Amino acid sequence: MSTYTVPTMAEMAANAQTPEVLFWVGCAGSFDERYKAVTQAFVKILNKVGVSFAVLGPEEACTGDPARRAGNEFLFQMQAVANIQVMNAYEVKKVVTACPHCFNTIKNEYPALGGNYEVIHHSEFLQQLINEGKVTLQGGGEFKGKKITFHDSCYLGRANEVYEAPREVIKALDVELVEMKRCRTKGLCCGAGGAQMFKEPEAGKKDINIERTEEALATGAQAIAVGCPFCLTMMTDGIKNKNKEAEVKVYDLAEMIAKDMGI
Amino acid sequence: MSILPQLAFVLILGVAGFILSKRIQFLRRNILLGKAETRNDQPENRWKAMLLVALGQQKMFKRLVPAFLHLLIYVGFLVINLEVLEFVLDGILGTHRLFAPYLGSLYTVAINVFEFLAVAVLLSCVAFLVRRNVMKVERFTKPELKGWAALDANLILVIEIILMFAILTMNATDQILAGRGDAHYQVLGPLFFSSLLQPLFEGLSTGALVAVERFAWWFHIAGILAFAVYVTYSKHLHIFLAFPNTWYANLKPKGEMANMPEVTQEVNMMLGIPVENPSAPPAEIGRFGAKDINDLSWVNVLNAYSCTECGRCSSECPANLTGKKLSPRKIMMDVRDRAEEVGKSLDAGGPGLADGKSLLGDYITKEEINACTSCNACVEACPINIDPLSIILQMRRYVAMEESGTPAQWNAMFQNMETSFSPWKFSPSDRFNWSEKVKEEEMK
Repeated sequence: MSTYTVPTMAEMAANAQTPEVLFWVGCAGSFDERYKAVTQAFVKILNKVGVSFAVLGPEEACTGDPARRAGNEFLFQMQAVANIQVMNAYEVKKVVTACPHCFNTIKNEYPALGGNYEVIHHSEFLQQLINEGKVTLQGGGEFKGKKITFHDSCYLGRANEVYEAPREVIKALDVELVEMKRCRTKGLCCGAGGAQMFKEPEAGKKDINIERTEEALATGAQAIAVGCPFCLTMMTDGIKNKNKEAEVKVYDLAEMIAKDMGI
Repeated sequence: MSILPQLAFVLILGVAGFILSKRIQFLRRNILLGKAETRNDQPENRWKAMLLVALGQQKMFKRLVPAFLHLLIYVGFLVINLEVLEFVLDGILGTHRLFAPYLGSLYTVAINVFEFLAVAVLLSCVAFLVRRNVMKVERFTKPELKGWAALDANLILVIEIILMFAILTMNATDQILAGRGDAHYQVLGPLFFSSLLQPLFEGLSTGALVAVERFAWWFHIAGILAFAVYVTYSKHLHIFLAFPNTWYANLKPKGEMANMPEVTQEVNMMLGIPVENPSAPPAEIGRFGAKDINDLSWVNVLNAYSCTECGRCSSECPANLTGKKLSPRKIMMDVRDRAEEVGKSLDAGGPGLADGKSLLGDYITKEEINACTSCNACVEACPINIDPLSIILQMRRYVAMEESGTPAQWNAMFQNMETSFSPWKFSPSDRFNWSEKVKEEEMK
């Protein structure tokens, strides 16, 4: 029996190896207590399937997304150029990440600064693994037949038009996917994008995540699936606010697949 | 026949044409107060966007009831304008129903189609008035839609209703006169809709009928010309600007923020990366971000002039929905109002942009732009691809880089990122700690 491995780019380079894909973990995936579980689940899936991957580990830095959206272009470019230097030095070709904000920034904004990579979101990556038969699901396990709703994150959906991959992943679990009234192109934001994650909201009559949580609860779903660390936080807070933690869980797609695989 | 009506017509046409050309120059100049930006790439995709989104109204159909009503008015506008061609020629040549002899029975068919569309436009306008003023559909009752904006919307609908009545009245009286054997009027085949109005006029003397018919004719054509001028002062400009607006719309992924190359050289130098021509003086750097309309791209200002204030953006904006001050529609209206103010000042020999006012501060507050989640719901919702988010983000850049005026919590986030390369205050050396647990776990 062996343990899971998490190779870094530096270790690989030292052994003159290059992985097929760089797993970009992101700050939430590295530091957020709740989202670390998602990172771990995704790494287990990669191990189990035998994907040739590595992470940057301590060499990774924030993509700069929240700085850019809050208006601080200098800080964004400082982060971006430094990250691109590291990735180009390792001759990275393909990047997968579980964070739609990192995904959007590396995919769409790094090319203008000299960082050109094939970037995919983990929902698309998981869908490919399922389609290729590399991930074989046990038929839902604890999710089988349950009602699950998917919350579109803005930076995956409208920003990059990835709507179907996460839904295909959920459907592969043999569950009943129920849609919220506002979904896909009309999906309502969780309230955290555009650097809102890092400050209190402006004065208003309601918090955005409460509005969205109410909509999710109205579907009668037993679980809310997300594909974004910020959405996970916002929806989890919303569920707590509504005192529904016992009845309704919030999961990332990778966690659901890992649970089904029994890992 | 006196030549006077022809002279009067040509004079009216000339005056309208002159005023319109002045107005178009004014609008063009105002739009070009924005910064130069070239957007001519991918012409085939731009034509496609224009055909689908502007001509084909693709995005309108996300909401079926208004889309259907709007489609009737839109088709009516396009088709009835064919008849205006005959009006203009009749007016210049002193003829009446110039095309009728050439088209024969087809002419009657065409007029019936025009009448059907006139009635459809009329009823749709009534339905829209009801939606605004009786049903009070929520997006038409938001704060930015008080005063002139509400009056403008109602005026447009009322003017269109009156113009459509003029067409029907003209046809009704015209055919009564033709039936009485007046040589100037030609008997056409049955006209369904205007014949319904005929009982109203049948008791009138021939002289009175001619007066009504001529009044309706003149009112209609002069009304159309006056309306064309009015449109240039109104939110109704979208009937023309929707086309260039969709052509010049952003084709990149919505999540991509435009790069600021003027920052990159400095960043490269700070990071010790060799830069080309390090000794060359930096290109003329204006302001970072946008404080006023001249800091925005001309496309942003074109967006503002194209906006017809339908409010679909604001009705899908998460910040607006939850009671924050931000309203993407108001952002567009503010940009237009500021461009108008600067334009008028320049025309009057005034200070223009240097009037001590600015878009950010006097029109748009920081509270508004800070509330945006950059979710792109407004951009997605706009039936003609207006991009309010681009303007909001450019203003945030101004606040952050020129004023250092971002909220304290964002400043703290900046500081964390500068010192520990994460928006949260964690030690960079702990970044990989998450792997320890999983590396100890046995692979199942």
